[in-house]
Amino acid sequence: MSRNTLYDKVWEKHRVTELPNGQDQLFIGLHLIHEVTSPQAFGMLRERDLDVAFPDRTYATTDHIVPTETEKRDRPLEDAQAEEMLSALERNTGENGITFFGFESGRQGITHVVAPELGLSQPGMTVACGDSHTSTHGAFGSIGVGVGTSQIRDILATGCIAAEKQRVRRIEVEGSLGEGVYAKDVILKIIQELGVDGGVGHVYEYGGPAVRELDMEGRLAVCNMSIEGGARAGYINPDETTYEYLRGREYVPEGQEFEELKAYWESIRSDEDAEYDDVVTIDVDGMDPLVTWGINPGQVIEVSEPIPAPEDFETGTERKAARKAYDHMDHEPGDSMLGYDVDVAFLGTCTNGRVSDFEVAADVLAGNTVAEGVRALAVPGSETVREQCEARGLDEVFIEAGFQWRRAGCSMCLAMNDDSLEGDEVCASSSNRNFVGRQGSKDGRTVLMSPAMVAAAAVEGEVTDVRRFFDDRARTVSADDVEEVAD
Amino acid sequence: MAENHITEVSGTGVPIRGNDIDTDQILPARFMKEVTFDNMADYLFYDARRDDDGTLNDHPLNVYEGANVAVVNKNFGCGSSREHAPQAMMRWGVDGVVGESFAEIFRDNCKSLGIPAATADRETVTDLQDWIEANPDGEIEIDVEAETVTYGGRTVDVEIDDAMKEALVEGIWDTTALMYSNLSKVEETAAQLAYVEGAD
Ligand code: SF4
Repeated sequence: MSRNTLYDKVWEKHRVTELPNGQDQLFIGLHLIHEVTSPQAFGMLRERDLDVAFPDRTYATTDHIVPTETEKRDRPLEDAQAEEMLSALERNTGENGITFFGFESGRQGITHVVAPELGLSQPGMTVACGDSHTSTHGAFGSIGVGVGTSQIRDILATGCIAAEKQRVRRIEVEGSLGEGVYAKDVILKIIQELGVDGGVGHVYEYGGPAVRELDMEGRLAVCNMSIEGGARAGYINPDETTYEYLRGREYVPEGQEFEELKAYWESIRSDEDAEYDDVVTIDVDGMDPLVTWGINPGQVIEVSEPIPAPEDFETGTERKAARKAYDHMDHEPGDSMLGYDVDVAFLGTCTNGRVSDFEVAADVLAGNTVAEGVRALAVPGSETVREQCEARGLDEVFIEAGFQWRRAGCSMCLAMNDDSLEGDEVCASSSNRNFVGRQGSKDGRTVLMSPAMVAAAAVEGEVTDVRRFFDDRARTVSADDVEEVAD
Repeated sequence: MAENHITEVSGTGVPIRGNDIDTDQILPARFMKEVTFDNMADYLFYDARRDDDGTLNDHPLNVYEGANVAVVNKNFGCGSSREHAPQAMMRWGVDGVVGESFAEIFRDNCKSLGIPAATADRETVTDLQDWIEANPDGEIEIDVEAETVTYGGRTVDVEIDDAMKEALVEGIWDTTALMYSNLSKVEETAAQLAYVEGAD
């Protein structure tokens, strides 16, 4: 059992009581809702004639189904189902006095991008959303959990979820990241080492020098993919980086009130002598960029490694999973991911759709053009991100390079709007899931990587080591190097 | 509060083999563009159940129609938190699931819907899957309280986590009413929090 960790402290402060079934009734300090998972919950509330208990602690935006082309955002939306979902959300939030960041607000975007950038997500909170990537908010030092629709109903009606505490695993990330290696690579490495179900029953506390050095946007990317590692939540203890990020944001108080809050934030950090259920150390020193080769985020390698042969796996089930991936992705044993042809490049999502992500991608793209035949999409995670990127002229870099510069939404992450893979297209993607069918085509193939790697793949028309775009190419690996390793 | 005490679930089985079956496969995202769960059964494993030309293939759901107990492998229901996935299973006819392990959110969603999700080791699960394939009309019973599964004249131990078991057996898996009765305590807890407006 863990003791005196941030998780223990925040849980204790939000614990209302113990329920007869042995679970804790846990108060949710920030409830985020979007159009896809909430209408059924509001319906259930109406059936029972219940009100929203804490409308002031609830914020809504729309992300999954929204068109990302400006001319398609006129109302009513062309897609009647999408329009119905969006109007239902407008109606539900309007009737219940919930703040809704819709198109006209200028702040619409992916929940997990909007809440952090507005300062809604703060340390020491419990955050819930009907979306598994709510783990993202843990980057501030909060407990962020994804919930199902019945639990959304619970939160709307009572401000609470029924939950039991999980075990806490400390993940100590040692070393420092080389050029061309980012937060995304860190979390892919963690999933490579611990597996896609390694975190089941746990929350992850990320720490150590490599995590401390990350800026807030990097930390958000790491915590975002906790769920891909099987953990329900992931968090990082708040520090000066966190406080400086929060200062001056729209929903963060100023002056004396800020100082008081900061005292609370400091108080919920894991103690020096906190006890964890277990501690795992991962060394990222000298690590190369990572890309997935298969059909789950755990089927991932550093670009310098060959794709593992199915026979190399220890258990029969892993071998079977690898064979399925080989089939779907069309690999031969010993292949490298370098040189793997790419048809689509997709930048955005709640993992990597923030300003710094577009900045690094733009650095790679400046003076280059997207390879012929590659469809390239840059989709800001929020309208605020879009504005900030445009203020820096980044949109022009993307457009000049041959990218489409879009409006905010989930877009091709799960293809609930028009942005979709076709047939067996291969997509170099900055998103978080490479499941079969995830990007809208059941034969479509997704290769997950950092935004810089996506930009590089767009230019080359194939998976490549982004470091060849930098001045110091000392560490760049090519497919030939990988073959040597494989032999 | 729901009065439904769920102490056992029984019927025929359907083996859905494979590890890490994610909710995108169980219920593809493009079918979530509806504001109710009413039609979800039609979309269950939509792509996996069809060949490229749209005809139904030999996916277990096409073969074991009318089954009540799904038997799955490791990390079932991983990925997206969509309750659409267990809703679709429930509306298709699944009343209980036995598997090697479940993703957390999926298991929580099952609990909210009153679907027992029992776990057992690999051998127990594959034995059961093999047995269903040999006895598609055979009866399987999950005893929630005793944490056992009975089929083909044998009874094997399974695990159902305490909170789920308690909730199902006591009929308190609908947590809204339960928590609603503590609303004044909730307000007290909220008022103590540094970040809540009006807190001390
Ligand atoms: S960007 Fe993708 S992962 Fe993130 S909330 Fe949207 S659909 Fe989910």
